Amino acid sequence: MGAAGAASERLRLTLWRTLRAAVATSPLALLVGSPSLDAGVLAEDRADALYHSYDGGGVEVNGPSILVRKGDNKQISGSLNYYVDSISSASVDVITQGSPYSEKRTEWSGSVDYLHADTTMTAGYTYSNESDYQANTFNFSISQSMFGELTTVTLGYSRGFDDISSNVDPAVDESADHQNYHVSLSQVLTKNLLLSLNYDAITDEGFLRNPYRHVYVLDDPNDPNSLANFNTPERYPSTRTSNALSANFLYYLPYRASLKLGYRYYADDWDISAHTVDLRYTHPLGGRWLFDIGARYYQQTHADFYADLFQRPDQQNFMARDKELSEFQDYSVGFGITYNLLKKPRGFIDKATLNFNYDRVWFKYDDFSDVSGGGLPAQAPLYEFDADVMRFYGSIWY
Amino acid sequence: MRHSGQLIVILGMVALSACSGVEPWVKPYERAHLADPIMNFSRNPVSDNFGSHVYQVREGARGAEGGHGGGWGCK
Repeated sequence: MGAAGAASERLRLTLWRTLRAAVATSPLALLVGSPSLDAGVLAEDRADALYHSYDGGGVEVNGPSILVRKGDNKQISGSLNYYVDSISSASVDVITQGSPYSEKRTEWSGSVDYLHADTTMTAGYTYSNESDYQANTFNFSISQSMFGELTTVTLGYSRGFDDISSNVDPAVDESADHQNYHVSLSQVLTKNLLLSLNYDAITDEGFLRNPYRHVYVLDDPNDPNSLANFNTPERYPSTRTSNALSANFLYYLPYRASLKLGYRYYADDWDISAHTVDLRYTHPLGGRWLFDIGARYYQQTHADFYADLFQRPDQQNFMARDKELSEFQDYSVGFGITYNLLKKPRGFIDKATLNFNYDRVWFKYDDFSDVSGGGLPAQAPLYEFDADVMRFYGSIWY
Repeated sequence: MRHSGQLIVILGMVALSACSGVEPWVKPYERAHLADPIMNFSRNPVSDNFGSHVYQVREGARGAEGGHGGGWGCK
């Protein structure tokens, strides 16, 4: 979980603790129910086993994710996550510039939370490995609860070191470093409304492009009937600095349901700016079912060195034809279902759930053409695709 | 980086200057709704991390995912 998510969960658990203390001797205690959150403001002890699946644009990705968290109920809590992406790709880039491939990425991450009074410190490490990319990331954050436990401020820093190679060109032996400065604020605004503000400044330095991708360049810019080729590798700047700021509201509706509204603004020195809006509605039914429905919209401008077609191989210092750097929009709708397996704690298990989530995502590109059939962008359709994203998982709390 | 440093300093100053004499405006006995599990920005981290990852690898923007992780410490 990111620092913001962890802070928001700790804030909720802190509120539970103060509420429990306030009503412990009153009839309201019966209404609140049996408390099982004895971990104070440390995150709850739980384990999740998830299977994920993505299918869209000729790319299929699936695999497991296992997350286990355990603490001493007082000061220390640790978590371990194992995650796999099994990738089978015949994307539009692969079809136009290469041949379909299969790949596997494995990620291990671990973190330790240490709680002292109203302060929580977290240190973590993540290792990601695939045949042509290894990444080591270290992170540290500190969260402070204040103002009668209605406010939590989190500061975080992470540093990543990547090694990049190529499965087709043994000469590629590159590296990239990443730094991320994070600050977030979780705030109780009223007895029904929460606010989460998040800011990230990220800097990247080193080899930032994909070693397999090429730009599309005219064979002869002086020939009006010229075709184009993918013979020129992309050229990227060696640094990138970005800023992202988001505001998220979570509102408790009068009939026990919640509504989340989020907005994020993003800008970087590659000239990409982006807006993201997302909405989620959560509705419990009976004592054992929980339903979520949600929608998300995203749009971005293109990087200043991106083009669908270049006139010459040396047209400019930096040249890219990565559709993630083009101008595009995507939007998604989805739902989630959670079923609580236990009416009451059994053995060492306090709670157990089965969960299913499904999202459908549509991507529409404004200046990235589908030239897989040959020809120039002017004669080719603008690229678009949709994707099915699923998650099935079980969770237990203990 | 300079901007992030400035923001952190400003937030710190605001926090320190307001530390004394603030009365909690939502009393402990008024926190039942906020303590409900449905009032959680990230109810299931393992699922939300995957959801963030799906968008991170297909969009130019990154960071400030808001309430769920992936944006920092997961690059």
